[in-house]
Amino acid sequence: MAFLKGKYGVLLAIAIIVLILPVAFPSNYYFRIATLVWISALAVIGLNLLMGYAGQVSLGHAGFFGMGAYAVAVGPTHLGIPPVASALLGAASAGLLAFVVGRPILKLRGHYLAVATLGMGILVAMVLNNEAQWTGGPDGMPVSRLVLFGFKVKGPVMWYWITAGFLFVGAWLALNLVDSPLGRALRALHDSETAARVGGIDVARHKLIVFVISAVYAAVAGSLLAFFDGLVTPNTAGFLHSIQLVTMVVLGGMGSILGSLVGAAVLVTLPQALTVFHDYEHLMLGLMMMLFMIFLRRGIVPTLRDRIAGRVQ
Amino acid sequence: MNAVLEVKDIGIDFGGVRAVDEVSFEIRPGQIFSIIGPNGAGKTTMFNLISGVYTPSRGAVKLAGEDVTGLPPHRLARLGLSRTFQNLQVYFRMTAVENVMVGRHIHEHVGITAQLFNLPSVRAQNRASRQKAMELLDFVGLADKADEPAGSLPYGALKRLEIARSLALGPKLLLLDEPAAGCNAVETEEIDGLIQEIAKSGVTVALVEHDMRLVMKISDRILVLDYGRKLIEGTATEVRNDPEVIAAYLGAHGQTEAARADH
Ligand SMILES: Nc1ncnc2c1ncn2[C@@H]1O[C@H](COP(=O)(O)OP(=O)(O)O)[C@@H](O)[C@H]1O
Ligand SMILES: [Mg+2]
Repeated sequence: MAFLKGKYGVLLAIAIIVLILPVAFPSNYYFRIATLVWISALAVIGLNLLMGYAGQVSLGHAGFFGMGAYAVAVGPTHLGIPPVASALLGAASAGLLAFVVGRPILKLRGHYLAVATLGMGILVAMVLNNEAQWTGGPDGMPVSRLVLFGFKVKGPVMWYWITAGFLFVGAWLALNLVDSPLGRALRALHDSETAARVGGIDVARHKLIVFVISAVYAAVAGSLLAFFDGLVTPNTAGFLHSIQLVTMVVLGGMGSILGSLVGAAVLVTLPQALTVFHDYEHLMLGLMMMLFMIFLRRGIVPTLRDRIAGRVQ
Repeated sequence: MNAVLEVKDIGIDFGGVRAVDEVSFEIRPGQIFSIIGPNGAGKTTMFNLISGVYTPSRGAVKLAGEDVTGLPPHRLARLGLSRTFQNLQVYFRMTAVENVMVGRHIHEHVGITAQLFNLPSVRAQNRASRQKAMELLDFVGLADKADEPAGSLPYGALKRLEIARSLALGPKLLLLDEPAAGCNAVETEEIDGLIQEIAKSGVTVALVEHDMRLVMKISDRILVLDYGRKLIEGTATEVRNDPEVIAAYLGAHGQTEAARADH
């Protein structure tokens, strides 16, 4: 499994998973779940760039996700903007918001940054909840079907391939970034801000760049989910969703792109699998998450990779 | 010739403590300029003031004649200032060679979009940075550890890794804060050699070091700090024979050490 370490190893692994799964899928239901995994994984990869590589936490990323989702709902319905252009606008708005709020709040560290980003997420969710004439309020609003070149995009199978394509490209871009001057600077400031500064890195600027990039990832994922579901609700931007995204990063492995996919897969599929426990479903989910963290502390992928490489923890 | 560094009446307070107080000195190009003094004398604080990690409460810092007082560290780096840390500041989760590659940051000029798409310009940049980093790892004797995580290297290797990283910036002035602290005799010897080679290559060096024998041997000028104040600045001989230094710092033990270094 050592090959999973290199950039192309990770991309190959994702490609194989995406291509092989459909063979084993008995029904559309599975395509639907897998699509949800790919969409979450895309947002998680972006958040992992921020958290796992640059070491900056965000408890408000669902806010950006929600902006992407509502952009493709509100844009075509209320403003007459074509769906794809709406998605691009949503991504740009999320990036802009990240740029504006990132400047002051990324000066904060640790818990303070966590609370500030939490506040930002809550603010977005509140706006989506309250501007009912635009957003449908707490009930949310429908999203019209995506039509590309006169061709209706619909059904879990088609969305499976589209979202898998986005996931693959998102992973490729992230892997590129990690091994570029910018990525090295981010990883450096994670380990020692002082050394990074003295080494000529404009730390504030670099944190801002990765915050904006991760916001755009979340917004694109949000747009995909809205198109796929045909419906948006304020929950997509809610606090609980932000926590889920962070949990996926940590569960899969901070600073691991493949881990982002695994973390998303576990947290999306586990509740489905645990429905057999009926009333104890949530109890089991909580228990399993605790066990994962106790026994695979650094996240599923990094820990397993080291175990398999024979290095003792 | 102009001084590489000019420090004028600099001072900083922490609460009531004057950690550095009214200190002035100049470092000329190509010199090895050492700062000595007992623990807590303010040597590291002086380096933090020069490198912009701390903003001075009073006084001014000039780099190559330009007033740089209060500039942030990343701006000073672009003016050719680099340093190491007494307490290791290594990027532990990165490999040794990546640590040094980060040191090339100010020489890396590629756009964000190019980096996301890994365009040929970025690949060329990565290759160039890695090659330079490998040369420097070779210089400090860590070439065979290039692709190991820095976190797995022994202490002595990390001290040398920091030197390689600080050189990657291509400094005009290099501040070395106890580069051999905690190293054994053999490692100390190796690091001594490195410092002298660095100085020979034309980099001006400011050195904080406890090994008096080394300091007396290789320094062009020595500044003695005591309780944040300048006791004396001069050549090794001047410092060694200064009664105040002998009384306040070197003491009986230091005297014998210094005398031994004479021969
Ligand atoms: N960030 C800081 N906050 C408070 N006191 C400090 C700080 N940095 C240094 N000092 C104090 O300044 C004095 C000089 O410390 P330092 O420069 O580390 O000494 P040296 O490097 O000569 O051993 C000490 O009394 C130390 O406690
Ligand atoms: Mg010190």
